[in-house]
This record gives sequence, C-alpha cells and structure tokens, in this order.
Amino acid sequence: MKIAFKLNGRSKTVDVPPATLVCDLLRENLGLTGTHVGCDTSQCGACVVLLDGEAVKSCTLIAPALEGKVLTTIEGLAKGDKLHPMQEAFHLNHGLQCGFCTPGMVMTAIDFASHNPAPSEEETRAALEGNICRCTGYQNIVKSVMAGAAAMAAEETAAA
Amino acid sequence: MGAINGVGAAPLRKEDLRFLTGRGNYVADIKRPNMAFGVFLRSPHAHARLNGIDAKAALAAPGALAVLTGEDVAADGLGSLPCGWGIVGKDGQPMKEPPFPLMAQGKVRFVGDIVAFVIADTLDEARAAAELVEVDYEPLPAVVGVLDAIAPGAPQLFDEAPGNLCCDWALGDEAATEAAFAKAAHVAKLSLTNNRLIGNPMEPRAALAEYNPGTGHYTLHSTSQFPHVVRWLMSALVLKIPEQKVRVVAPDVGGGFGVKQFLYGEEAIITWAARKVGVPVKWVAERQEGFVSDRHGRDHVTEAELALDETGKFLGFRVHTLANMGGYLSTFGPNIPTNLYAPLLSGVYTTPAIYCNVKVVFTNTVPVDAYRGAGRPEATFLVERIVDVAAAEMGIDCVELRRRNMIPASAFPYQTPVLVEYDSGDPVACLDKAQENADVAGFAARKAASAANGKLRGLGYSTYVEACGLAPSRMAGRLGARGGLYESATVRVHPTGQITVLIGTHNHGQGHETTFAQIVSERLGVPFDSVDVVYGDTDRVQFGMGTYGSRSLVVGGSALNKASDKVIVKGKKIAAHLLEAGERDIEFEAGVFSVAGTDRRKTFAEIAGAAYVPHDYPLEVLEPGLEEQAYYDPVNFTYPGGAHICEVEIDPDTGVVKIERYTGVDDVGTVINPMIVEGQLHGGVVQGIGQALCEAAVYDVETGQLVSGSLMDYCMPRADTSPRMDVSTHSTPCAHTPLGVKGCGEVGTIGSPAAVMNAVVDALAHLGVTHVDMPATPNRIWRVIQNATLPRAAE
Ligand code: FES
Ligand code: FES
Repeated sequence: MKIAFKLNGRSKTVDVPPATLVCDLLRENLGLTGTHVGCDTSQCGACVVLLDGEAVKSCTLIAPALEGKVLTTIEGLAKGDKLHPMQEAFHLNHGLQCGFCTPGMVMTAIDFASHNPAPSEEETRAALEGNICRCTGYQNIVKSVMAGAAAMAAEETAAA
Repeated sequence: MGAINGVGAAPLRKEDLRFLTGRGNYVADIKRPNMAFGVFLRSPHAHARLNGIDAKAALAAPGALAVLTGEDVAADGLGSLPCGWGIVGKDGQPMKEPPFPLMAQGKVRFVGDIVAFVIADTLDEARAAAELVEVDYEPLPAVVGVLDAIAPGAPQLFDEAPGNLCCDWALGDEAATEAAFAKAAHVAKLSLTNNRLIGNPMEPRAALAEYNPGTGHYTLHSTSQFPHVVRWLMSALVLKIPEQKVRVVAPDVGGGFGVKQFLYGEEAIITWAARKVGVPVKWVAERQEGFVSDRHGRDHVTEAELALDETGKFLGFRVHTLANMGGYLSTFGPNIPTNLYAPLLSGVYTTPAIYCNVKVVFTNTVPVDAYRGAGRPEATFLVERIVDVAAAEMGIDCVELRRRNMIPASAFPYQTPVLVEYDSGDPVACLDKAQENADVAGFAARKAASAANGKLRGLGYSTYVEACGLAPSRMAGRLGARGGLYESATVRVHPTGQITVLIGTHNHGQGHETTFAQIVSERLGVPFDSVDVVYGDTDRVQFGMGTYGSRSLVVGGSALNKASDKVIVKGKKIAAHLLEAGERDIEFEAGVFSVAGTDRRKTFAEIAGAAYVPHDYPLEVLEPGLEEQAYYDPVNFTYPGGAHICEVEIDPDTGVVKIERYTGVDDVGTVINPMIVEGQLHGGVVQGIGQALCEAAVYDVETGQLVSGSLMDYCMPRADTSPRMDVSTHSTPCAHTPLGVKGCGEVGTIGSPAAVMNAVVDALAHLGVTHVDMPATPNRIWRVIQNATLPRAAE
C-alpha cells in the first residue's frame, strides 16, 4: 500500500503492507532508529513521535494513519547543529542517562510544552505519565521539561 | 583550546548529543546485509519433562533456516552456562551446581526456559515458524516459593540437589551470637520477605551475531554490561572456540541495573547459530520475553532477631534467610544472597556478634541474580527495619536508638564481626545533615495538618552502609569468585596530545565518557574536550571486567588514574631529555613539564609530539610513543553510606501511600561530577521506592506462571508517582582508592526501601501495625488498615 506523508520536513512516499506499525516503518524501512521500542503493551512511551504536532505512540499506530499527515521524529528536531530548545533543555539539566527513553520523552514534552508554556511541576509529571524512564528517577526530566517549555515559549515570543 | 574540567566540576555530558538527536547506536538499531532473524521458543510450563521436539513443520515454513534445540547443543558438545561463583556451605561442602544448559535438555525448569531457537529470513517468518514447532511436554508439579521448595515432599528440580537446596551457607560467630542473646534484656524479632523484582532496563536485551568463514572470526553485538567477560566465558567454556577469534561489542546499552551483567544463553546460542546458518542472525527480546528471561532480583524470606541490653545497645544479631535462586545458577547467582548480603548485616552499628545463615534454594522460577544493589538492599532493609521494631518495642525513639549504636567517625577504620572492615565514613554526620535537610523539626506540625485532613503521616529513617567497588580479587577468591575483579585502562596519547581512553568498564547511562574524561583532564592537564573514552568492544579495549557493583569509577577510575601516572612518568623522561635536565628535576603540573626552579618547560602536547616524532629523543633508553596501560585491583571494598529520611502521607480510605518528602545525604567519597552523582542518586532512590511501593514479580503458586509478566501488570515508578527528592552528599574520602571515590550507582536503591517502609509503618503505628511487607501497594495498605481497625470476629 502506498502512503504519502511528510517526514521531518520532507515529502515521503512509502509502499508497505497496511498492517505495518509506524515504529517498524521508521526503524526497519526508513533507517530512523532514534524512535525506540521498549515494550509490547503500549506502556513505555519510548516510541513516541509527533503526528501533526501531537505526541502519539508509534508502536500502536499503523502506517496508513500517516497518509497526508506531518510526522516528526527525534531525528527531525534539530536545525543543523542547533538543537531544539527541548533537546537543549534535556542536555543542560541532565535529563537523560542511558538515553533509551529520551526520544519518547522529548517528543512527549514538546507536544505538552506547546500547549503549556509555563507548566507546574505537578502538571509536568502528569503529562509524562505515559513515558517510563528507569534511569533518572524523573527529577531531572521534569526539570528539563519545565525549562524546555520556558525556552520554547521564549523562542516563540522572539519569533513573533 | 578548551578548558580543563577536573574533579568536582560538572561539565555537561559528552554522551548526550547522540542520544538527544536519535543517533544512539543500540543493538536493535544495527543491521547487516542478508541478516536473518531468530526467535526463542520458551517453555510455557514451569516444570515439565521434555519428551521430544518435532521441528519438521517449522523447517518447512516459508523462509525458515534452522530450528536448533538442546539436542543440537548436546551433539555439538557445547558447555553449559558457567556460574562465576562457587560458594561453600557451612558443612564445608561446595554448593550443588547442576548444569544450566543453553537450551533445555530433558526438562524445563521455569516458564521462559529456552526450548528452541528458530531462525528465518524475516522476523515474521521466524515467529510463524516458531508457532509450528511441536514440543511434547509432560508437565510436572512446580514449586515457586522458597518455603514451599524446602518443605518435605516438594517437587524436586534436580536429582543432585535434594530438597532443592543449593547451599546451606553461614557467616559469623554462632556461639558468640548465642552468648549475646543469653545476656539480652530485650530481643526484637522480625519475619519479612524481600520482594522479587524485575530490573526492566528500558532497552530490552538484544543480540546480533556474525561469523566470517574466511577468517574464522565471530562478532557478537550484545546488550551487555561486560563484553570481555561474555567473550571469555562464552568462547572458553561454552562454545569452545578460540577467544582471539571472538569479538564482543556492547555498543550503546539502554540501562542495565545488573540485568545485563550475566552471560545469557541467548548470547551463546546466537553466536553458535550464526555459523550454522551462514548469515548474520539478530534477536531482539520483546518486553514480555524479558519478563520471563531477564534474571530477576531479591526474593528472600527471613527470620531475624536482634538482642539488646537494657539501654538499647545492640548485643547480637541473628539472621536466617531463605534465598530464591530460581531454576538454575546464573553468573553471579549464589554470590548475591551470601557474600553481598551477610557482610552488610552490621550496618552502621557496633553490633559485636552477628550470625547469618542463608539457605540458597532452587525453585521453578526465572534464575535470580544481581539487580541494582544486589544483596545489600536486602541486608539494609532487614537491619533498618528491625532497628525500628526494637525501638518501638523498647519505647526508645528510633533515631535515638540508632545514635546509641552508630559507629562514631573516630572509630574508622572499623572491623565488623562479619568479615568487612569499613575504611572510612561518618554516619552520625550524615544523619545530622539529613535531619536538618528534611526539616524533621517541622514534622509534628505537618503530621497534625495531615491528620486534620484525615490523612496519616509517617516519618522513616534508613541509616545505611554498603560495600561496593567490586572487588579485591584476593578477597573475592576466598569467597568463591572464580574470576578476578580488577579493571584495566589505557591512556592513548595521540601525537597532537589529544587522548583516547580505552577502558574495560561499560557505560550504559552512568556518564563515564564525561567522568573519566574529567579524571584525565585533571591528571594530565589537557582540555576536557581533548579526551574521548572508548569502551564496550573487545577488539578495541584490551580487557575489562565491566560495569556492576558500583565498580566503574572505584576500580576502573583507579586504573585510569594509574595509567595517567604512567604517562606522566614517561613524559618526564622525555622532558628530561629535551630539556637537558635530570629526570628528578622535572616537575609536572597542569599540563606542563618544567625543570624545577627554572623557566625551561615543555607542554604536554610538545612531549606527545616528540614521542611520535623522535628525532631528538632518548631512543637508547625509551621507546617512542605515548600510551600507557594499567590494571588496578582494589585492596578493599569501598563503603558508601548515608542517611535517608522519607516522609509519607497515607490516605486511609484508599490505602495510597504518597511520598511527601524524600531526603538523602550520602557519603560516596570524593565526588568527581556532582551533576552525574546527583542523577545516579535520583535514579537509585526511585528504583528503591519502586521496590517499596509498587514492584513485585508474582508467580502463581499452583502453575508457576509469572502473573506480573508485562508492563501492564508489573508496576514501575512513573513521573507522576515519583517524588521530588532532596539528595546531597557528605563525603569522607575513601582511604584506599587513589581518587578517594567510593561509588554511587547503587546507594540510592540500597538506602531507600527501608526509609520508605519505616515511614509507612510509622504512619500506621498508632493502629498497632509493626511491620508491612513490600510493596506497600494501596491494596495491601488498605487491608492492613482494615485489619487493624475492624473489630475481629473472634474478639
Ligand atoms: S514501545 Fe512502549 S509504548 Fe510504544
Ligand atoms: S535515561 Fe535510561 S530509561 Fe530514561
């Protein structure tokens, strides 16, 4: 089945069986292995990508759902050498250790922050509920997301 | 030129960029041309005779390349999975060590035991073919709990281990402990379980194996914490292939926590299979497969007694523990509930007599081995819980009781009655600081406020010590280790003066690329940005024992420090020649070699250049090049410790336990990178909170099925259920590691469960509750409250 969508800013057409999971499409067919698979029950959030800006678990999304949409993965966030403010915030606040949950965390955080420019700690923790991290104890992830939200808002203001 | 970032600085991590941009290189990300896919067929039975496997239909399936079974393993004469520790029972008899075959032979012994390896061109084809393998099982009664396993008439796992007993082990002076109890004014008793846990690093295990028939070389990519050990054990003892022809690569690994520090059957099977099928073979575990095949942790049942005099001084401590080993002995299995447990039973206290008996028991469950903390959380939980029980029974404040028995800073080095000598520490200062940080003074008011809201608030302490930095080889050898526990590091100075470090530890979240670069930056006075760290590849790194037991900085960092010393020694020789001075007159500081008392000097980069362009160079006495290697074997364990204080609020209507405050003050020795140390403490504490509040591997007692076999059923801490923590350090430098470091990877997990559970019990104490087993789930707490408050039918 042919599916046309926008992937990290570029038009893409793929021809895959309709039951192909988006995480497999990305990892196996398109060589974008930054999107991770950490579970088989849609619990961990390692696979989160942005579909039309909305954070979705790519392990529970099939390829035909991409038709005509805009898909962003962790590989598509930085502009050249310049990190996305949320990526930068994770770096500055030691928001990652082994890095396995990180892509999903960052994508979830970007969607969240785009609606919440100044989230509270409690709101941030609630928003990350679908992403498991086994390394960090979440404290620095929460700190990163709050800082990243502020940085995104500041960037938006500067651009406006 | 970049800055020197040395000890105590907190440069941001070198490893972050690749992970943040999706450029990590995990095993599951790797592809090879012509790669086939493997699927492990695993036993659905906890215990069954294996009467036969019919692979005909599977082999005829589309794309199928091979179906390998225990029979093929036997036919090829492969060895079984070795156990790295041979412990000895109290009767002097070695532990029972039944073979752990790569794939089940004759019998399966746990749900998840490997029965066959099915390989096909694609993953879907491999899965479909695996469905067609017919296995003739004859189910047998199974036993999953230790108490049931040692009971008369219990199903027996191995003929050679009657009563399912692997080893009846003991440590300590039984007679002296007996005598202590005889003169006790009070004896506190406690029975508890330490819940079985599943480590669940977020990256599932995976492997990719290749064989080159032209050279006879094998390459295995594996999610391992110790690739050199995998190569050694697998080539020498299991596959019996030349070690120099095997390359094991552990690239980016998504968390380990112990789960990835064992030689797994999957690793050996896939390596062997790659040669058989003639194409690279890849396997990636599914999460639920990990649940039934990743080695589990903890799982103790314990009876303990603490003898005290009338003032509350501890006189003696007696412990009887049943430790679950699961269906086979894993790499470190029997070492964990014995050598890494009993020596910690002195805690931070001056208890003069301790005796600990551990029965190590086989059951029809996943093999149990090290999981973050490994033995030490079990010991700490026991000690810190029984101290609270004793305090409550004797009417002494639990902090006061701790203080009366704590080893004062002036008493270090302190020899415990259970083998170990603590080199340094200051438990009293950690406790003081933790009480201040936790605003213990304000607790009464907060408790009253909770009560006004119908909530129950409790405060819990854990003042603990652990032993890590595994390990002095000589001591480990006496305790039954079959290998050494040193570490190796090479400092390779390039002609430009820039540096590559090659080290035998493995980085899977700990930030080694940053911390180790800081050590070299400081020691050699080179910019932090000029130091790269390489690990995880047996073809690049000379040797190494890997990362576990909070050993990387303690042992690996010490090796690195030593190798840096050697570079300085050689650099001085080169400088002496170039500066026409005596070697003894050369001083080295902040990256500059100079002749003492003069302005004659050479920079580190100039010396490196001279070493590789030896036109003016003492070739008669010195080799060109600047690269030094060191092996370091520690003289003692290190003993990080500290004080953790947890404050919980319980909703009696729902049983939900909420951690309102969490304070830790840890002594991890010298801190190299405070940012990374803090991150390690956060992660460790939350893993311990996971054990205390929600995690439990639960088996069905009748069928031996793992009931908590997925992320839907096994509860792990999430962002919204984890507390904000206040962690800090109070460091006394380690007396025997050159950098003064003690290790920080496990302290959080070791210290925290007792703090949480002591807080839970404190919150419920007014109901007469004296102990609650972990995990303190809402269901369990609600029942405890109901039981304590409802009038009994019989009363
Ligand atoms: S892979 Fe775990 S939620 Fe998608
Ligand atoms: S950083 Fe390792 S799982 Fe989150």
